[in-house]
Amino acid sequence: MSILIDENKKVIVQGITGREGSVRAKLMLDYGTHIVGGCTPGRGGQEVHGLPVFDTVRESVDQLGKIDVSVIFVPAPRVKAAAIEAFEAGIPLVALIADRVPLFDVLEICEVADELGAKFVGPNTVGVMSPEKAVLGMMGGRAETAREWFHRGPVGIMSRSGGLSASTGYYICRTGIGISTICHVGGDAVIGLTFPEIAGLFEDDAETETIVMIGEIGGTQEEQVADLIEAGRITKPVVAYIGGKSARAGTRYSHAGAIIEGGKGTWQGKVDRLREVGAVIVDQFGDIFKTVQEISGARRSVV
Amino acid sequence: MAQLHEYRAKRILAGNGIEIPAGEAAFDAVKAGEIARRLGGEIVVKAQIHSTSRAAAGGVRFAETPVEAEKIASEMLGQEFAGNLCEAVLIDEKVEIVREFYVGFTVDTALKRPALLFSDAGGSGIEDRAGSLKKLVCSIRREPTTAELESLCGDGRIAAILKQLYRVAKKTDARTIEINPLALLKDGRLIALDCRLSVDDYAEYRQKELGIEIARELGHTPTRLEKIAWEIEKDDFRGTFFFVEIPDDKTGVRDPQPAIRIGFHGAGGGGSMASLDAAQRNNLAPACYVDTSGNPPASKVYRAARIILSIPGIRGYFLSGSGVASQEQFGLARAVLKAFLEIRPNIPAVLRLGGNGEDIAREMVERYAEYLPAPIEAYRKTDTADFCAARLRELIENGYCRAQSGVKTAEKAFESDYTFRTRTGTVSFNHKALNDFSAAKIVDACPAGILKLDANRKPVLAVEAAEAERGKCTECLACEFACLELGLKAVKIDFPIDGLA
Repeated sequence: MSILIDENKKVIVQGITGREGSVRAKLMLDYGTHIVGGCTPGRGGQEVHGLPVFDTVRESVDQLGKIDVSVIFVPAPRVKAAAIEAFEAGIPLVALIADRVPLFDVLEICEVADELGAKFVGPNTVGVMSPEKAVLGMMGGRAETAREWFHRGPVGIMSRSGGLSASTGYYICRTGIGISTICHVGGDAVIGLTFPEIAGLFEDDAETETIVMIGEIGGTQEEQVADLIEAGRITKPVVAYIGGKSARAGTRYSHAGAIIEGGKGTWQGKVDRLREVGAVIVDQFGDIFKTVQEISGARRSVV
Repeated sequence: MAQLHEYRAKRILAGNGIEIPAGEAAFDAVKAGEIARRLGGEIVVKAQIHSTSRAAAGGVRFAETPVEAEKIASEMLGQEFAGNLCEAVLIDEKVEIVREFYVGFTVDTALKRPALLFSDAGGSGIEDRAGSLKKLVCSIRREPTTAELESLCGDGRIAAILKQLYRVAKKTDARTIEINPLALLKDGRLIALDCRLSVDDYAEYRQKELGIEIARELGHTPTRLEKIAWEIEKDDFRGTFFFVEIPDDKTGVRDPQPAIRIGFHGAGGGGSMASLDAAQRNNLAPACYVDTSGNPPASKVYRAARIILSIPGIRGYFLSGSGVASQEQFGLARAVLKAFLEIRPNIPAVLRLGGNGEDIAREMVERYAEYLPAPIEAYRKTDTADFCAARLRELIENGYCRAQSGVKTAEKAFESDYTFRTRTGTVSFNHKALNDFSAAKIVDACPAGILKLDANRKPVLAVEAAEAERGKCTECLACEFACLELGLKAVKIDFPIDGLA
């Protein structure tokens, strides 16, 4: 198993005729994602990489049957309308790739998703990948590189950083241990699926044995995971790295969510809280792999 | 989030039916005196800076006469308060306060909903009375009802102000608004005495009328270089260029040796932060935090490198991102090399170029290293950020420089006989210096395929000049480097940087 995406999920791409959308649709197809079509208003009837293009999401669903996931490749100002269109057409999971989506637009997307019982990853996510199965978004770059870099296995990765999602995956696979799913939740202050929700999915996933969390300063996602561990809702071992140890309060470090506000979301606060509930914290990013290897090894010998 | 100055935030409140004290902002002392004279009576002079400790730092002072107000203003203007330069003062009427409340708007990022805040114990030090703060979580799509607001604050007039506050927030894409204090005066008025309003960076494009100078949380008054950097970033949505200067922090040094100031250039937010931590573990003190990510054009990365190299006193250059980038690393290498080859800085550089195309990138850096006065080394995804930071420290501490001087040799003027414009610069060719072989190399190098050979077998645009300028030329530097590879200076690409000497 894996979470969120696998080779059987039916996927469409919104904005498939655009510069980024068409290139990425090709890479996803090459990797094995079951893309069945896409849409761009005014481009209905065209074809991209042999896939049918429709004017609206509703039409795509009517023609192609139930769709599991939509990956949205439209510029930030148009993300809100596109996401809501997907939810209203009954798509249960959406990935929002664009960076710089206004906060109030994200809040509106959240409210509509909640009302209709849908979920979304992002915004500002490089995507989700279940190695050797399928990818959503643009994780891994070229399909052949992605195949070389990532392999199937028992480690679930969730990260607030896109670049570190890929590098964590790469280094873990180099140690010979594979990955169930890599999920980049996105770097913004408000996002759809958060660490505690992803951790819950990994907990319920039979293939995942260890959870790796690449967190950073700002917000409360890491603390919420600690709460779940304490409550016994997460029982699988959690290895965490928290970035931004040397960041100053009040200054934003690239990601909109990576800011210490009102003394909350500090590096020390997160680390202390996670340690308290028994998560393993690695101080240096480069140590994650060794630690994961040790934990996986120990777990194997116990089982 | 870009923070608006108090006087501008209060003007927005006033425009939306929330009363504020009589007053006006002044940018020079004489004007401050004039405003005080017009207002009459006692005056409060408030330094317009972004700091929570303004009053404690002497940024709020009272004046009994216009002359005194003018004197205070002249002292405040140009002065720094808690690291913030005061460029404007607000001259307000002095009021008699009976009671102070706190009202605010924020986004609860955990609940993913907007929220209104109220406390009947407003005024300075509200942070310490956080327990008195009551919160109404609302919807971004439906205004809170009067009944909901009244149950939050227990008062009809304040409820009306809260409703207006919600509307102001929606209108301005506010990240947070704080009116503290909302003051009940002796004469019965209920007014916003102070206000902090910060706007969502990502909504800057639809909030042009707010005139946001830099849509960034810098934590200080923007520096000259930060302003130059923002001009480059502002309207160019191709990838991101994030630049913040880090002041020399003499207090934070734990190591007995003083930390070494370096230019820090990250690529990708998380990897950049991890690399920043690695630098600090190796006693390197970044003078800036730079992140070029999201597949930016080489023009943007080149400008970032130029700006970093212009920070005075840096002793090394550290480029490090996630280490396993999906983007082709030779694009990054070209951009940084162009800046180094032009400036020829006498400081060592370590470039961690891990990811797609890393071998080509490293080879390039090695090839050009010998033309530079100080060592420049490239590393790959198998090299950790800590290893690279330690290597840079070693290079700096060894003081290793090549025998050749770092003095820029006078370059022969470039003779151009063919030029076209790109989105943010110009590309020039010297056709006379090109033979059939080199001309073909240049045309082949263009990944966008916008070049062709003309009847004389010289490289020219294959598309309309206007198309190249609109973005068909992706500013990737491939043609310039293809030419350099042949040892020729027949292509010159100019990406000007406004305001940089």
